[in-house]
Amino acid sequence: MLSKEYSDIKSAIKASPLEDGMTVSFHHHLRNGDYVLNMVMAAIADLGFKDLTVNASAFFACHKPLLDHISQGVVTGLECNYMDAGLGEEISRGLLKKPVIFRSHGGRPADLYRGAAHIDVAFIAASNADPAGNCNGWSGKSAFGSIGYAMADADMADYVIVISDQKSIYPLQQSSIDESLVDAVVFVDSIGDPEKIVSGTTRVTRDPIGLLMADLAVDAIAASGLLRDGFSFQTGAGGASLAVAQLLSDRMLAEGIQGSFASGGITGMLVDMLRAGLFRNLLDVQCFDRAAVESIAQDERHIEISASRYASPEAKSNVAQQLDVVILGATEIDLDFNVNVHTDSNGVIMGGSGGHSDTAAGSFMSMIIAPLYRARLPLIVDRVGCISTPGRDVDVLLTQYGLAVNPRRDDLRQPLQAAGLPVFEIAELKARAEAICGLPQPIKRKDRTVGIVRSRDGEILDRIYQLAD
Amino acid sequence: MRRSLLFLPGNQPSLLQNGAVLPADALIFDLEDAVAADEKDSARYLVASALRHLDFGRREKIVRINDDHTLREKDIRAVVRAGADTIMPPKIAGSALLQEIGALLDEIEQEAGIEAGRTKLMPLLETAAGIELAYESALASSRVVALALGGEDLAADLGCSRSREGKELLYSRQRLIIAARAAGIEAIDTPFTDAQDNTGLLEDALLAKSLGFSGKLAISPQHLKGIHQAFTPTGAEIAYALEVIKAMEAGLSSGLAAVSLRGKMIDKPVVEQAEKTLAIARASGLLAAAEEIADAE
Amino acid sequence: MNPIRMAVAGTLESSDVMVRVRPAEVLSLEIKSPVLEQYGDAIRQTVAEVLADRGVTAAEIELIDRGALDCTIRARLETALERALS
Repeated sequence: MLSKEYSDIKSAIKASPLEDGMTVSFHHHLRNGDYVLNMVMAAIADLGFKDLTVNASAFFACHKPLLDHISQGVVTGLECNYMDAGLGEEISRGLLKKPVIFRSHGGRPADLYRGAAHIDVAFIAASNADPAGNCNGWSGKSAFGSIGYAMADADMADYVIVISDQKSIYPLQQSSIDESLVDAVVFVDSIGDPEKIVSGTTRVTRDPIGLLMADLAVDAIAASGLLRDGFSFQTGAGGASLAVAQLLSDRMLAEGIQGSFASGGITGMLVDMLRAGLFRNLLDVQCFDRAAVESIAQDERHIEISASRYASPEAKSNVAQQLDVVILGATEIDLDFNVNVHTDSNGVIMGGSGGHSDTAAGSFMSMIIAPLYRARLPLIVDRVGCISTPGRDVDVLLTQYGLAVNPRRDDLRQPLQAAGLPVFEIAELKARAEAICGLPQPIKRKDRTVGIVRSRDGEILDRIYQLAD
Repeated sequence: MRRSLLFLPGNQPSLLQNGAVLPADALIFDLEDAVAADEKDSARYLVASALRHLDFGRREKIVRINDDHTLREKDIRAVVRAGADTIMPPKIAGSALLQEIGALLDEIEQEAGIEAGRTKLMPLLETAAGIELAYESALASSRVVALALGGEDLAADLGCSRSREGKELLYSRQRLIIAARAAGIEAIDTPFTDAQDNTGLLEDALLAKSLGFSGKLAISPQHLKGIHQAFTPTGAEIAYALEVIKAMEAGLSSGLAAVSLRGKMIDKPVVEQAEKTLAIARASGLLAAAEEIADAE
Repeated sequence: MNPIRMAVAGTLESSDVMVRVRPAEVLSLEIKSPVLEQYGDAIRQTVAEVLADRGVTAAEIELIDRGALDCTIRARLETALERALS
């Protein structure tokens, strides 16, 4: 009888086709509590492999050991949809010889399915698995909820190794990834720190400016005419995004509106809205807090989706295209409404598209909510340091000083103005910020490319340049 | 329009900057209780600089100065020259200090080339003596535009504890309103102190409105919505006010001595109240819509 | 008037600037700021204006900036210089 189970990570790697120069992959559902990427890369380094590319859906601060592997030549390439500043700063200073490939959550599976990207060995952390590799992420002591970002890897990688810290008897009753895609299984003591995998709770902001903007955002959504039965919505997990969800919730309850779905990264706030009957379903590609993990495990209305179904432009249809409204952030936005979420105002890599460009492209109304300036740095610039989402997909900018609507969207501008909301030209808001902060001098960068931002369609959207000394 | 007057701590740059966008009708830059004793100079420079260089729109810029006489004059000189509209002296009782400040303002306005009498006074009454002498304070100077109530310190002075319903302050509130109205100026209610309790705030603000206050001090931006809700006339109140004015005008043009509306005599106080209601409605942007509805009927 | 003793004003809170002023033989200015590239010149200009207004020709000035606006830098510097005279 075939056994796929290996006693430790090293044995599984030795049995795999991994060779120097190949690409390995990871998902980021364990977020900043992940142990798996570091364990695997340590084993890979120990075994003497060199010149590997690591394609992770995202890198977090806990993945700092990668910097050593890069210095040692074990890793020479990185690909991701998001990179924490912990790694981003070193990359921005030119640590890697090859530029980092940045994709979006939808673009990553799209590139795999269209053959523009290739994974040799995929390492899939799961919180519950059986010895044949049937696995999921919503049960077990290290449960993290949806395992959506790993599904394309399981599908398309040449060799798939599942790593879990909970061994269930075959067959695991409900699996998100099944044995037909899995080559090997390893059981370890712990795949991650539950405290850091998901936050205990995510909280609505108390900042008066955040609340002011959330208020204005809900007024704008209502004025757009989109807030009616069948409403669909996505927002982030930050305090200000949650404030929007909270106020929307109050409004929908007051007006007896029943929405169709909320999607994205799911938080307890959205779970509450589901339970209150404000949405019929939650479409979940990632769980952000304990409440979301518990909900996906037991509520059949809370549905796990793959990154491909969520946002891939190669999919026959995706969830992002069904969205009425998405709330997004930005570090910078320019007069053409191009948005930067990859670098900060100093040009340092500290983020990435995630689902930003996907949902902006797919939704009917994309709304960027951001303060007009942060610690003296204006939000609106002549030209963004990096185009993460092209202006044609960005519909509304909302700051505490008012709104700006993309000239392409007169259909949104009219109702917002008619509702008496403070609508300005984006250039006026820029001038306002500069009057308050002063005119910023442009930052200098070197000619060398340290990051390439791939568009959802596989083109090069922009480049990120190395910081000047 | 002074429905809401929001305190901003004078020594915190980020909160002063926020003041520029928070929807309060008036802003109170606080040099007194919000500032530590050894930072009074910092706050004075910061508030003066903010008044000079930041854009707070056309709202009234009030500064709560210190009571301490070694600080008072420096505070007033710095902020008036920087463009403050109104001075809020705390712990006022009677007229003497207000007159002294008035004279100082005369001097500063002249020196600085500011229009004489431009800088107003809004004394904060927060002691038993302050309430007792409220009418004197209201009449102390033509610069006095409103009396404001400081409930926390007042309760301490009265020897009672503050409650959510505020019954312990009822007489003080009414006394202040009587004094203010008798002097022909506005009465501003004490802040609600629980920043998280928006329901309690709304009840408190509605009570204040029903007693006759025209506005309320606020210590939290979260309270502004509730205060505006309480102090902004309802659609029905605006519609009635429009009817009153219409009836008055119709009566005047027909040469009638007395006018009645729906069986009620429209006399001077009713007309004045209607005019006040319409003024607030206009300032809140509600008048145009209400007029449209009235015309349509 | 030049400072006769050391004085500090401001805090390290976001949007604030901590200013330290010390007596010295010459004028020196050190700035630590997260927005040095974008606003370094503007900050230096502001400091120069305040020093000129107050007739300061010799002092050691250190700014630890947290993204303070111009009006805040002015205020904190004025406060520190004033404190440095007593």
